[in-house]
This record gives sequence, structure tokens and C-alpha cells, in this order.
Amino acid sequence: MILNVAGLIFSYNSHPVLDGVTFSVSPKELVAVLGPNGVGKTTLLRCINAIHRPSGGAVFVDARDVRTMPPAAIARSVGYVAQRNEPTRLTAFDAVLMGRRPHLRWGVTHRDLEIVDAALQQLRLTELSMRYTDQMSGGELQKVAIARALVQEPRLLLLDEPTASLDLKNQVDILGFIRNVVTEHAVAAVMTLHDLNTALRTADTCLFLKDGKIAFAGSPQQVDAEIIESVYGLPVEVYCNGGRVMVAPHG
Amino acid sequence: MHLANGHISHAYMRYIRFKIGFIGAALVALAGMVAVSLSVGAAGVPLSDVAKSLAGLGVSPRFEIIVWEIRMPQSLAAIVAGAGLSLAGAAMQSILRNPLGSPFTLGISQAAAFGAAFSVMILGSGVMQSTHIGSVTISHPYVTTLTAYGFSMLAAGAIIFVSRTRGATPEIMVLTGVALGALATAGTMFLQYFADDVQLAAMVFWTFGDVARASWMELGVLATVTGVCCLYLLSRAWDYNAIDAGDETAQGLGVRVGRVRMAGMLAASLVTAVIVSFLGIIGFVGLLVPHMVRRIIGGDNRFLLPAATICGALLLLASDTAARLLLAPHVLPVSVLTAFMGAPAFVYLIVRAGRR
Repeated sequence: MILNVAGLIFSYNSHPVLDGVTFSVSPKELVAVLGPNGVGKTTLLRCINAIHRPSGGAVFVDARDVRTMPPAAIARSVGYVAQRNEPTRLTAFDAVLMGRRPHLRWGVTHRDLEIVDAALQQLRLTELSMRYTDQMSGGELQKVAIARALVQEPRLLLLDEPTASLDLKNQVDILGFIRNVVTEHAVAAVMTLHDLNTALRTADTCLFLKDGKIAFAGSPQQVDAEIIESVYGLPVEVYCNGGRVMVAPHG
Repeated sequence: MHLANGHISHAYMRYIRFKIGFIGAALVALAGMVAVSLSVGAAGVPLSDVAKSLAGLGVSPRFEIIVWEIRMPQSLAAIVAGAGLSLAGAAMQSILRNPLGSPFTLGISQAAAFGAAFSVMILGSGVMQSTHIGSVTISHPYVTTLTAYGFSMLAAGAIIFVSRTRGATPEIMVLTGVALGALATAGTMFLQYFADDVQLAAMVFWTFGDVARASWMELGVLATVTGVCCLYLLSRAWDYNAIDAGDETAQGLGVRVGRVRMAGMLAASLVTAVIVSFLGIIGFVGLLVPHMVRRIIGGDNRFLLPAATICGALLLLASDTAARLLLAPHVLPVSVLTAFMGAPAFVYLIVRAGRR
């Protein structure tokens, strides 16, 4: 297992958000965290990454408790793509190069530059590599953030709404790319998503949160209308088309 | 995960060479400006004599005194103050993710001015004396300097205290700074209202930022504090880049955002407080220079911070030299010139940015 989350408890100002969340993620596994707005999906990622300090439970990455790891060591193991990425007066190349920070000792090496070059190439950003990120669209900026997380060479990828600002083609491209990275490099990934169909199409495991607890965890094929209705409070129909599961609201 | 493909972008390497070249050119320009500033003034010293004097080859005693006792401390003070204020501004703009971040936006200078006014009025350090060049001096400059320093650090401490209790976010820091600046200005006005003519003149005189005030000893203190703080701020360039991209992204990259922001604010405030306390208020350098440099070489703090440091030194030294010549034999305080040049230049930058 790369990630083990054990009995995680977190509250905002005594309002419980996560209440005993437990799950684990293996290499090459892509987990989608789903649930209604405000259910604690982003909070869960922040707790895994030690940005938030949970009041109970523990998070282990490669069997190391993140509470005992210095921030730079966490950043060498966990790549994090935040929901909101600020555009800056940095070129895309420099913005991605920042992902090498946790690995740097004395300065940037040729290898660091090669890694950035390769990541930009894989995300088809080479042409934009010298453009300032404050001159980029939301989708391009999102790709830069994903490339930055990749050059951290992490064991675990955490992605908070990675397709939020992307058009349909870019959504498919990016999720396909993440799928490939997870499989080829044997990393684990946890991503939050709003779009159920995207999650069901891409993830190995779907993890539904409700009232701070895991309401369901299983493969997309195991997801049924009853589960979704109990989580979102909305009647839906679940179709299976050529092995793919799809969801549509009733009516 | 292994991504390296053995290829490095040539365009990026060219871009890096351009930035290094820019910093090199700024350094050469600064060295040239030092020679010019030592040479020109009410009494001209030929550049060849300046070079000889600097090399210790022996020139006339009059030139030796002009170069070493009068102009060198003034030029070095301009370099240290310009470098320190500009770097403090560049660092604050990144730390606070706010283009208006500068020692003046955060009320530190206003607090120093209040401290000087307090010293003049309450501690009685403001007896005015006429000097042979017709300007005025403050009778107990060290009392004034120390009081100004104390109040500016008090302002910085208040910003940090509020940030520690309410969270070190850019909004809290900027808003606290603006409120403190307004409070300090109100306090200064209150003291000025009740001051007599002599005290009022001394208070106003102090606020004119002037690099000619520094002696060799004061310069030593200024250079040491500024040097140490500058080294610290330059060493955090990566962290400031990460913070620019958002607090959450920076935390994901292993940056302790709150701690880095606090320490950066403290270092930038300390530099500002020391410079303002010794030399008075010199506006616009900390705000304008980082924006100018960012426009040319981009916002990568690994290059922006050193470039802003050198360009700040260059701009203030050039301004001081110009201020010395404009109304010669009268000497204009450099802060008047920086404000005159800085405001239109800043508006120009904003308009140009708007057109893009």
C-alpha cells in the first residue's frame, strides 16, 4: 500500500467534517473521492498532505506517518494539485521547475531541467513553456499545476478537481494522462471530482463521502442508483453500456 | 517516477542567460554610477583623480577629502538604502502576493516619522541649528534615530502579532499595515499641531529622506543590518516563488508558508526601519523598482530579488547624484526627487500594463 488513512477525524471550529475516515490506496490505483459540496473532499486531501492537522486518526504514506515527516519530505512523496492555482509572472517552465524544490540541494541541475522539459512535453505544454502563467487560460494553468506535481516525482498524487477548468477534450486528455502516469509509474492517485460519469469512467475505486464518513467504497461497476441517491439525495438511473457505468438524473 | 528525457529547452537556457546578463549589466552600470557620483557635485573632481584616489595613488588632499569624507559615505549610503528598500519591497510584494506591498504601504515608514516627531517634541531632541550650507540639523540625531527605529519596529511587531493571532494571510497583514500607517500619521499630525515653530521645522526636516546624513559609523550599522537581512531574503527566493503560486500550492511543495511569511516580513521590516531611521523617508524606491525589474526579467524571485537589489541601488545613487546637481550649489534631498520621478513612472507602468 502507498497510502493508508486510518480513522481520520477533522473538525472546523468544532464542526465535524471528517469522522473516522479509513481507506487505503495501492500502487497503480486511481481513487476518485465523490460527494456533495462541502462534504469534506478537499479537507480529506489536505489532511493526507498534512496541510491540515487532523484531531484524530493517522495518515501513512509508504508506511511513514505524515505527522512525523518534515514538509519537504512529504513533498518528495506526495504531489498535490490544488483546486486554485494563482497565475504569476513566472514562465510555465519556471512554474513547473518549482516542483523540483523539495529535491534541490544546492541548485538546479541539468537533470531537474530535463525532468521539467519531459513533463511539459507529456502535457503538450512545450510550445507554451516560455509564456508567463498570468497570460494563460485556466485550463493551461491547470495543466501547468499538474506538470508541477509530476516533476516532484511523487509516490502519491493528490488532485483536487483536476478537470475543473478544462473543456471536454482537455478533460479527456488530462484524465487519460493521469491514468497513464498512475499505471506506468506505479504511483497511487487520489482525486476529488464533481462529475460522476467522469469518475466512473476513469477511477479504479470510487469513494463516496457522506456526513464525514465513507458511505461507499468500491469499483465503478459496484456503484448503483441506491448508493448515489443516498449520498446526493437525488433519484438517478445507472446504465451499463459496453462495460461502462453511466449515471443520469431521473426524468 | 522517472521523467528525464535527456533534453533541455534551448529557449529556456537563452532566457536564463538573458536574466544573468541583465544582472551583470546592472552591476556594471552601478560601478560606473559610483564613479560618476564621486566625481560630480558643487566641486568637480575629474574621473581620473577619482580613480587615483580610490586606488590610493595620491591626489590633492582637497580631492581626497571630497572623495573619501564627503561623497563616498553618501554614495555608499545611497547604494545600501536603495538596495535594501528595493529588496524589501520586492520580497513584500511576493510574501503578501500584493503589488502594493512595500515598506510604505505597511505603515512602517509612517511609524518611523511618528517616532521622530515624538522624539523632537517629547524627548526634546529637536533644537534646530543653522549650518554653513543653510540647512538644518537635529541636535540629538541618535535619540531621534533610535526613537524612529523603535516605533517602526513596534509597527512591524504589531503587524506580526495580529498575524499570529488571526493567521498570517496577506489580507490581514496589508490591512493591519494600512490601519497602523493611518494611526501613525494621525499621531504625527497631532504632535505637529501642538509643536512650536522650531519643533515643527525639525519634524518636517527629519522626514526628508537624505542619504547625505550618514557618517562612516552609521553606514557600518546600516550596511551590516541591511546585508544580513538581504542575504536572508535572497536565500528564500524559491519559497517566495512558491507562495506567489498560492498558499496551498506552496504548502504542497513543502514550504512552511506562515513561518516564511512572518520571517520575511520581519527581515523586510527590519531593513526598512534601520534605513528610514538613519536617513529619513525615501519613497517609491521599494514600490517602483521591483515592478520595473519584474517587467523586464519576469517574476522568478531567484533573479528578481538580486536584480531589484542592484537596480534599487543604481536608481537611488543616480537620483542622489542628480539631486546634487539639479539646484547646485543647493542640495536637494533625494526623497524629493524619487517622489517626483517615481509617481509619474509608476502611473506610466500601470497605463502600459493596462494597454497590454
